[in-house]
Amino acid sequence: MKLAYWMYAGPAHIGTLRVATSFKNVHAIMHAPLGDDYFNVMRSMLSRERDFTPVTTSVVDRHVLARGSQEKVVDNITRKDAEEHPDLIVLTPTCTSSILQEDLENFVERAQLEAKGDVLLADVNHYRVNELQAGDRTLHQIVQYYIEKARKKGELPEGKTAKPSVNIIGISTLGFHNNHDCTELKRLMADLGIEVNAVIPEGASVHELKNLPRAWFNLVPYRELGLMTASYLEAEFGTPCIDIVPMGVVETARCIRKIQEVINAQGADVNYEDYINEQTLYVSQAAWFSRSIDCQNLTGKKAVVFGDNTHAAALTKILSREMGIHVVWAGTYCKYDADWFREQVSEYCDEVLITEDHGEIGDAIARVEPSAIFGTQMERHVGKRLDIPCGVIAAPIHVQNFPIGYKPFLGYEGTNQITDLIYNSFTLGMEDHLLEIFGGHDTKEVITKGISAESDLSWTKDGLAELNKIPGFVRGKVKRNTEKFARDRGFKDISAEVLYAAKEAVGA
Amino acid sequence: MTIAQEPTALNFECETGNYHTFCPISCVAWLYQKIEDSFFLVIGTKTCGYFLQNAMGVMIFAEPRYAMAELEEGDISAQLNDYAELKRLCEQIKRDRNPSVIVWIGTCTTEIIKMDLEGLAPKLEGEIGIPIVVARANGLDYAFTQGEDTVLAAMAHRCPDKAPVAEAEKNERNAVQKLLNFGKKKELVAQEESEYVDHPPLVLFGSLPDPVVTQLTLELKKQGIKVSGWLPAKRFTELPVLEEGYYVAGVNPFLSRTATTLMRRRKCKLIGAPFPIGPDGTRAWIEKICSVFGITPKGLDEREAQIWAGLEDYVKLIRGKSVFFMGDNLLEVSLARFLVRCGMTVQEVGIPYMDKRYQAAELAMLEKACQEMGVPLPKMVEKPDNYNQVQRIYDLKPDLVITGMAHANPLEARGINTKWSVEFTFAQIHGFTNARDILELVTRPLRRNNNLKDLGWDKLVREEAKI
Repeated sequence: MKLAYWMYAGPAHIGTLRVATSFKNVHAIMHAPLGDDYFNVMRSMLSRERDFTPVTTSVVDRHVLARGSQEKVVDNITRKDAEEHPDLIVLTPTCTSSILQEDLENFVERAQLEAKGDVLLADVNHYRVNELQAGDRTLHQIVQYYIEKARKKGELPEGKTAKPSVNIIGISTLGFHNNHDCTELKRLMADLGIEVNAVIPEGASVHELKNLPRAWFNLVPYRELGLMTASYLEAEFGTPCIDIVPMGVVETARCIRKIQEVINAQGADVNYEDYINEQTLYVSQAAWFSRSIDCQNLTGKKAVVFGDNTHAAALTKILSREMGIHVVWAGTYCKYDADWFREQVSEYCDEVLITEDHGEIGDAIARVEPSAIFGTQMERHVGKRLDIPCGVIAAPIHVQNFPIGYKPFLGYEGTNQITDLIYNSFTLGMEDHLLEIFGGHDTKEVITKGISAESDLSWTKDGLAELNKIPGFVRGKVKRNTEKFARDRGFKDISAEVLYAAKEAVGA
Repeated sequence: MTIAQEPTALNFECETGNYHTFCPISCVAWLYQKIEDSFFLVIGTKTCGYFLQNAMGVMIFAEPRYAMAELEEGDISAQLNDYAELKRLCEQIKRDRNPSVIVWIGTCTTEIIKMDLEGLAPKLEGEIGIPIVVARANGLDYAFTQGEDTVLAAMAHRCPDKAPVAEAEKNERNAVQKLLNFGKKKELVAQEESEYVDHPPLVLFGSLPDPVVTQLTLELKKQGIKVSGWLPAKRFTELPVLEEGYYVAGVNPFLSRTATTLMRRRKCKLIGAPFPIGPDGTRAWIEKICSVFGITPKGLDEREAQIWAGLEDYVKLIRGKSVFFMGDNLLEVSLARFLVRCGMTVQEVGIPYMDKRYQAAELAMLEKACQEMGVPLPKMVEKPDNYNQVQRIYDLKPDLVITGMAHANPLEARGINTKWSVEFTFAQIHGFTNARDILELVTRPLRRNNNLKDLGWDKLVREEAKI
């Protein structure tokens, strides 16, 4: 047992659901107790989905414990198949249901006999993998299933596309700025004259998956999702995989050069150096920013970075290599992939921190007192407590991290966005500091007093006690309204009863 | 439909139970705040933790007095010893927070692996010297607010069973009492005692924010009824005395286990009343308590009329409109009854679980309200099926759907007004004073959409191709 109240990565089934619901016309059925369908709330609230989240629960209750859930699961699958005609139904176990050790594989086979769509059982161990690993595995599983299905039917297309083309693998629902990143990557590919063969899983139909082998190469923009699929495609079809995250000016250039190398090896004749040069020096503002006086002021300032592998590693490199900021430590909660992280960042920071314990992170922040933090929502709150500004760079995230405006982190526009994020975090910190030194913006004494300041009325102790229970931001208003009410009715003392009578009268 | 076919009694249906609701462990969110010296330890998996972390939003960052005892593979396969593990964690909690009680919340997983929490607790309690209360608030058996019910039922066993002797009573163990007598001298207290009618002790149960506790207590005081205590009180150490023969009354519709425990185990007498939600409910609640004690209620007519008059600007927005409850928090019957009184037609009352005995007075009042207001009786659906409900919503086109967050945005995108049901659980909705707050919530989508109505932005999803 572990004492915890915060976790950076969710349970395995969340990863499976994120991948399944990213696809078009795929339905997920959770084998779970009542209340475990919180995923639907998150998707509906955080990403403000207009459509019903295609996830239902085959509820595990007392009856299921007594009799097993075979009938129920099979019924629920066939029912959903008839109601919504999905192309694929993914049955997802949860931590609770996985202890029951029912033969879900067998239920899936039985349901498949009746269902018109395909039925799959998500193959993830809930006590060994987290959300991110499970998502990666589920995507691999679905791709493999449809490639093999097409192969069996002889429908697998032969050869590559005529022009250089790419599969973008790993864009998913509830991913950090994923939809903006996807648009930016498509734009980048268009600039490079590369066709986008497929984007998976977000918005893709499972019927398109058989076309994946036609791409010249696979681009996996995030370390956490898509690598298993890409290596499967590499093993099966020899499709090269590019896993350089195009985040930041230097890494974007590195990614583009790798693309150039990979497609030239397959007979294309492209040279992207001019494009990289043009973008770096004149289109993206990030390189110019590094030279500007603003950025000079940031030189040697202390920062800490924490997040998932992709974002924490990229941010560390940007801060240190592109802006001359002193990254005291960089950390990740992707413990299962810690070696990669260490290798990526160790030359760009003093210390590497690998942990899933938010307490340890909080302590480490307090210890070094950086000028700015780049982390998750949890670090943002640590920052609030310690009065240190924080830019949010990775999940877990809240609804404000699903902006409506265009805010990619990848590609050249991404470099602009990241520059703003970093610069704004630091200047805000500076401003705060100046305010403190000079004692606030407006140090002149206040002359006029508010209405509530001169009161002819007295509050009884119980009245005052009640008043103090009212949240601070409305307390003044309540106090004024109550006193006005008491004055109007000629009450001398204000007790709790008067307070509530006033509340009823004004209808506040 | 002809008048002859209108049903005259409520018709109860039961569907598949495939609906969205919060897991009952969410009760820790409001109970840890209510019971100030408590610590809630949820013994479950990552899934439970993830739910709490996301459902509680910003509260999670405020160093809450709750935590997960996250079960690992070794716990599931019994390679680790439950007792030793829990002891280690509880000792850590004692060291860091020193609470007056640790509440263990059993979850689905502890049920399935049959971890004997009730058996382990007394032993560990003896060893670490802190009371341990066990509540099995799991998703196998319960929905959302029923979590509070399991915790309060467990706490009912911990209430002292003897009133302290007269001398000690002057010290007032109870928080409400303390508040009301704040700073007054003994003689004044004695004088105040005379303001009350002589009646057997009354204890109310249900967790409410402190301001609402004060309001309801004062409301009864006006009738000369003294509230001897609340379950739960502000602190675990202030749990009310429950002697055999005490009267108890519930303030929330989801507390049937607590009511049962109070009757059967503590030999208390339950006053079965409608719940004090809405001015009609509050009045009926007070009247019922008065009638049990043989008191003629005074001033309730005017009080209720006055509240209704104050609500008119809201009521006129919803009068004649229809509402559909998808059902997820068990407040549905009381809210439906109040909204019928406001002039709405209730098309369907979905509800996770219906205790017809505990809610009897409330159900009768709903029936009566429908008859008196001349509107058809709603369809009552226990354990609803959300998919079927959405189809019915498409057919019925209600003016307002009260539903969980999973369905709210998709319904709004289809031009259907929704109100997020969970807000009713966290807002202050009890008593005369807060009737306005209920309508503030109910009318909010209607008022918002009135502002937008000329923009032509009702339906924001493309028409689906009909196959």
